[in-house]
Amino acid sequence: MKPRAALLAVLALAATVARAEIPEAERRSGYHDMGPSVQAMQDDDAANPGTLWLLQGEALWDRRQGAAAKSCADCHGAASGLAGVAARYPAFSGVSSRPIDLEQRINLCRTDNQKADAWAYESRELLSLSAYVARQSRDLPIAPPADPRLAPFLAAGADLFARRQGQLNLSCAQCHDDNHGKKLAAATIPQAHPTGYPIYRLEWQSLGSLQRRLRNCLIGMRAEPYAYGAPEYVDLELYLMSRARGMPLEAPGVRP
Amino acid sequence: MDTLHRTDVTRRGFLAGVALVTLIPAAPASATPDELAAAIKELVGSAKLNPGRVTLDIPPLVENGNTVPMKVSVESPMTAKDHVKAIHVFNERNPQPYVMNAYLGPRAGRASVSAHIKLRESQKLVAIAELSDGSFWTASANVIVTVAACVEDLVQ
Amino acid sequence: MSNALIRLPKSVKRGEVFEVKTLIQHPMETGFRAGANGTMIPRDIIEEFLCTYNGVEVFRLKMSSAIAANPFVSFFTTATETGVLFFRWTGDNGFKMEETASITVA
Repeated sequence: MKPRAALLAVLALAATVARAEIPEAERRSGYHDMGPSVQAMQDDDAANPGTLWLLQGEALWDRRQGAAAKSCADCHGAASGLAGVAARYPAFSGVSSRPIDLEQRINLCRTDNQKADAWAYESRELLSLSAYVARQSRDLPIAPPADPRLAPFLAAGADLFARRQGQLNLSCAQCHDDNHGKKLAAATIPQAHPTGYPIYRLEWQSLGSLQRRLRNCLIGMRAEPYAYGAPEYVDLELYLMSRARGMPLEAPGVRP
Repeated sequence: MDTLHRTDVTRRGFLAGVALVTLIPAAPASATPDELAAAIKELVGSAKLNPGRVTLDIPPLVENGNTVPMKVSVESPMTAKDHVKAIHVFNERNPQPYVMNAYLGPRAGRASVSAHIKLRESQKLVAIAELSDGSFWTASANVIVTVAACVEDLVQ
Repeated sequence: MSNALIRLPKSVKRGEVFEVKTLIQHPMETGFRAGANGTMIPRDIIEEFLCTYNGVEVFRLKMSSAIAANPFVSFFTTATETGVLFFRWTGDNGFKMEETASITVA
């Protein structure tokens, strides 16, 4: 596809997607669906358990690793220079020929630049470093890149979001587009904007990634969850970030 | 407890179906009001348990009992002659009736302790302050712990 | 490995009462949960948290299975002199973590 045609395709898709999306003024972070005590826990770094992962992420940022004996800081300098990066992911990777999320970007840095082994999904190291990088974008608006190469993946993510699946024959959209704000048991159904990832989820008693949360939803729908790192998750992440465009990042968020 | 709120639901069948996803794990034996009373008796003995002076600050309704912020404060001048020696917290329906025992002294300056605690289900909490004059003061609070709709794994 | 986070003011006036906030990484496994195979997961908790100020105990907390994972605890103490606050957490399976924080009293 020629770049111009591709751009038009993105715009056309954006227009299609926009009809189903929650309007920007009505977008509501899950933060506002929580009780004041959990909000206070997120707001106070000294009480937010996610801070423990930030501490480790900060240490990892400066640690020389792999056969190349390079640290993140050796290439990137101060982590604050990565402000806004987490707000732009997933982004297209020429190496992978498809979008990759922040965790995958970190692992590419490890394998390609540090000559180190990739970290396992949900490992403490990967969560810590991704939390530390995401923390640099706190309060910055989610800003998905206007990259025409992302168009087919964004469309796949939007399609997956609307597709019924699992034994309960549910789609993401049925809960999070059509019924947000209503109750499921005692819990308020959130709009499902990925503003706080990685989050400290009280249920998990741990920090966890957006992929873990998506897996959690699939289990709830009694669908077969994809393996960590599956392209379907990244497509969904891409769509969710696009659907949350303009909302400020809160990482590391706290959720019930 | 365990009230199911279905206000404003237009698609009851759909939501009821989803609610089935929530499985409440088989609960281990829990403490009882009797065990709570016995644990308090063990601390206080025959001394009088006075209501007052203690403020037990805990949200009345929590979405998840795994991490519940709690603050216990006691009115006291915190002087060498008149201070809070310890703050004890008990619960009614966790597997055990004990939550914590905090030991402080006049150097604390302010008799106030906060912690994140676990509540297995809706229940009563009791805070007891032990003063330097040997007196005990108490406050209690009821907390409703709601049941999560979407838990990750069936085994918790 | 374990992480601990201590928050307190860098500098305080003599006689001033200040808050000390602590957070430590620990699973606080209650001993009352069944694992995926139905067997009980053994208890693994922090039993005691201690704070001394220039060697003098100023706060001690006995914890139980009812303390949340990654425990947060905060308390107050009075600024007496410039020095070091020492923190120690001890628990099941030989768990021991120590941390210090400096305080300047003006």
